[in-house]
Amino acid sequence: MKKSHVTTTINGEPVEFLCEPQQTLLDVLRDELNLTGSKEGCSSGDCGACSVIMDGRVVCTCLALGVEAEGRSIDTIEGMAEGETLHPLQRWFLEEAALQCGFCTPGFLVAAKALLDRNPDPTETEVRYWLAGNLCRCTGYDKIVRAVLSAGAEMRGQ
Amino acid sequence: MDGQTRDFKWIGKRTVRPDGVDKVTGRANFGADFSLPGMLVGKVLRSPHAHARILSIDTGKARVLPGVKAVITAADLPDIPSEEAHFGEDPTDFRYVSHNVMARGKALYDGHVVAAVAATSEAIAEAALGLIEVEYDILPHVLDVEDAMKPDAPLVIEDLITQGITPTPKKPSNIAKRIQYDLGDIAAGFKKADVVIKRRFTTKPVHQGYIEPHAVVASTSEDGQSLVWCSSQGHFMVRASCAKLLGLDVSQLRVMPAEIGGGFGGKVTVYQEPLAVLMSRKTGRPVKMVMSREEVFRGTGPTSGSVMTVKIGATKKGKITAAEATLAFQAGAYPGSPVGLGCMTAFAPYDLENVKTVGYDVVVNRPKATAYRAPGAPLAAFAAESVLDELAKALNIAPLELREKNAAREGTQAPYGPRFGVIGYVATLQALRDHPHYMAPLGPNQGRGIASGFWMNFGGQSSAVINVNEDGTVVVTLGHPDIGGSRASMALMAAEVLGIDITKVRAIIGDTHSIGLSDITGGSKVTFASGMAVVKAANDVTGQLRARAAMIWEVDADGVVWEDGHAVASSTNVGEFEPLSLAQIAAMAAKTGGPISGHASINAKGAGPGFGTHICDVEVDRETGRVTVVRYTAIQDAGRAIHPSYVEGQLQGGAAQGIGWALNEEYVYGDDGRLQNPGFLDYRMPVASDLPMIDTVIVEVPNPNHPFGVRGVGEVPIVPPLAAVANAIEDAIGVRMTDLPMSPPRILAALEDKL
Amino acid sequence: MVLTNELGNQFAGGETKVEVQAKNVRQLIRALEERYPGMGPELEAGMAVAIDGEIYADPFMEPIGPDSEVYFLPRIGGG
Repeated sequence: MKKSHVTTTINGEPVEFLCEPQQTLLDVLRDELNLTGSKEGCSSGDCGACSVIMDGRVVCTCLALGVEAEGRSIDTIEGMAEGETLHPLQRWFLEEAALQCGFCTPGFLVAAKALLDRNPDPTETEVRYWLAGNLCRCTGYDKIVRAVLSAGAEMRGQ
Repeated sequence: MDGQTRDFKWIGKRTVRPDGVDKVTGRANFGADFSLPGMLVGKVLRSPHAHARILSIDTGKARVLPGVKAVITAADLPDIPSEEAHFGEDPTDFRYVSHNVMARGKALYDGHVVAAVAATSEAIAEAALGLIEVEYDILPHVLDVEDAMKPDAPLVIEDLITQGITPTPKKPSNIAKRIQYDLGDIAAGFKKADVVIKRRFTTKPVHQGYIEPHAVVASTSEDGQSLVWCSSQGHFMVRASCAKLLGLDVSQLRVMPAEIGGGFGGKVTVYQEPLAVLMSRKTGRPVKMVMSREEVFRGTGPTSGSVMTVKIGATKKGKITAAEATLAFQAGAYPGSPVGLGCMTAFAPYDLENVKTVGYDVVVNRPKATAYRAPGAPLAAFAAESVLDELAKALNIAPLELREKNAAREGTQAPYGPRFGVIGYVATLQALRDHPHYMAPLGPNQGRGIASGFWMNFGGQSSAVINVNEDGTVVVTLGHPDIGGSRASMALMAAEVLGIDITKVRAIIGDTHSIGLSDITGGSKVTFASGMAVVKAANDVTGQLRARAAMIWEVDADGVVWEDGHAVASSTNVGEFEPLSLAQIAAMAAKTGGPISGHASINAKGAGPGFGTHICDVEVDRETGRVTVVRYTAIQDAGRAIHPSYVEGQLQGGAAQGIGWALNEEYVYGDDGRLQNPGFLDYRMPVASDLPMIDTVIVEVPNPNHPFGVRGVGEVPIVPPLAAVANAIEDAIGVRMTDLPMSPPRILAALEDKL
Repeated sequence: MVLTNELGNQFAGGETKVEVQAKNVRQLIRALEERYPGMGPELEAGMAVAIDGEIYADPFMEPIGPDSEVYFLPRIGGG
């Protein structure tokens, strides 16, 4: 099968890659571009571990094709920190112990960032429903929700 | 270090875990994140039939497909003798593990591996699987415990003779084992009772639900040495299992522990790892095998489904006089369900004179059951704690009071024999009584339930090495994979003993070549056993530091003590010396004898049993049958919380799993014996919008056998929730649910029956 | 000294409470093997031991006092 040539932007940098038509964006990120921060948990869009922000929307990369990245802007977990400075969400996840095994954490951070980008002052219920697409089996979500609320408060300057 | 309460510098502090930054930036390497040049992709072919004789496997077409480098079947695996294996629940047999990894002659469940391939790409590997021709003779299958126990049931393992029955049966059956525990005189006990409640319960198998599918990369070099990179709950277990199943020397395998994305018992055994090693040996190339989510459901775990009967009798005044349980657990395709553990734990929180528990380990055509967090205990507690609740209502005594009147204390004889040492069950009941949740008002269609739980906890083999760097920082090397943040607790314990700042301590997990043998991460043992090893190693270090200081000061070693991170003269008789910090002594290590390194390899004993009591409030929607948990509090005795945030995390995580188990999770099989819901959409685990904040109370009744008083905490939290939820539902709608999960259709049916 | 029901039934004619003299677990197992032939290998292979309430997974050399209460239990695991 002839590979397609794709030009895209990932974490603010221009990126080009070759991929087969049936390759998912997740496979491309992990296997072609060595960006293994996005995880494969289910391949059916049910767990959110593979989430990235594509053109401003949270997307399950296991449900997107590599070729769909053409001309788009993609933000992965690898781009969340700025140099050595962690994003407030990353810092608050550590502070609140909002991770145990850490496998779902990249997906949660990406989804939470997308939430705070569009709704800087969510209620606990809004946070829970927004994150309902991300599965965590270790934490019971309590500390994750607290971390997101705390990060939001910090980012609002409170 | 005697487990007594004192002021600690680091123990109990909520520091940031040493591996945290890698996990929040996506840098941490899990099993599937590793790659090697020239790597092949391995995939397995799974039986689509629940029970079938394998008449032939023709791999000819698959072998010649361009890009295919290896095709293996059962013929490529050695036939190993029977040998007991301990993977976290009741013992199983290495021979069965081997047969589970690759079917021998018969496929015993939908998903049973019958062949494997390694090819240059995933697409080619999948295509190769499609070219393997398997001839099956489909046999009648049996899925449920009661069906499997009938005399005319299809036999899953044709020569299985029940153990534990005298005289030994002549005919094979699906009952692998019968177990019994007795205390006192059960018949006399029931005679003394004024009220007796007896109930039958059923539960469905549930999966541990870890988000990371099993993943392994195996690579073999020309000298026969295999490197295995995988996430597991025990890289020494992986090494031992691969060696056993493939007939290799343990030293031919080096297993590197990847970060692990959840296990909960499901990763204390091997599935693809021996196949990846074997194919890497055959091809001379690295082989990577990652399961899909569907494969995780069809081929791994789950915990047992069950049929249970519990009967408890008590006097009018609320003293329990007799407790009896009969538990029949599904072992899946091979023996080894946790029914023995269920029998041991069912009534353990109570001080009882007369107990009888009988367990049956039953094979059925489902995937082989694997440990799931306190294996067997949540099931048994679901039954026992539900009956206790009914008993309390029948006696017109508050459920909390019934538990208080019969609570196990120090000196109580456990149902399985030994007497308890210092335990904290009563403390959890007291904390519940004092908690505002207990008396908070309830709204319409809401109900409240409480339940208790117990797990014996485990010690086991553990090794630790502490190396002191030239600048006075230290590296702690551990032997157990870190599932939940244990590196943080180990660092805290090392910092406490050494008396140095936590930022000077790095904690890593060593591979099987680099650190001494350590048992699996499970059994709630890591903070306890590994912690003990770390403390011992740290004491080894401080001993050496004192000796070095003595050398520098030219005094006797017993004239030096270690205080607050410094070597200090034990008295002015020894001399007037400025205290020497660890960093200062480390800087002079070369001159005083060489590098400073402390080490411990132990078989930790004295793990303290853990008890928990939970309160659950639910609201039931009578139109849809949906049950929502609106408030939840988990109270548990941790002995000593080394890092409170991670102890809280265990309580919350276990409670959430228990809630899912109680309300929605189940394996759905068709009449054809095929699994119908092998995915997260229809295998419904709790999501963030399903749950409220989960309050936690950590009670500390120190375990006298651990230097800091630690009791394991990881498993107890999943034991109470099933009954706590059921009891809350009963309180809300007056219906006693005895079959799990208590999903909306079942609630609606129960409400209709009530009318 | 108490055996599990299965061991009691299989080797000791139903007896589960037994009095034995032994200084450590290994001696205890030898003494039991002498009294009930066949029991030894079962005990060595797959059992943990509780001595006066303390559970030991690999107990060979654990000392037993003259009045100790000893229970043989299946090896306990976890998940």
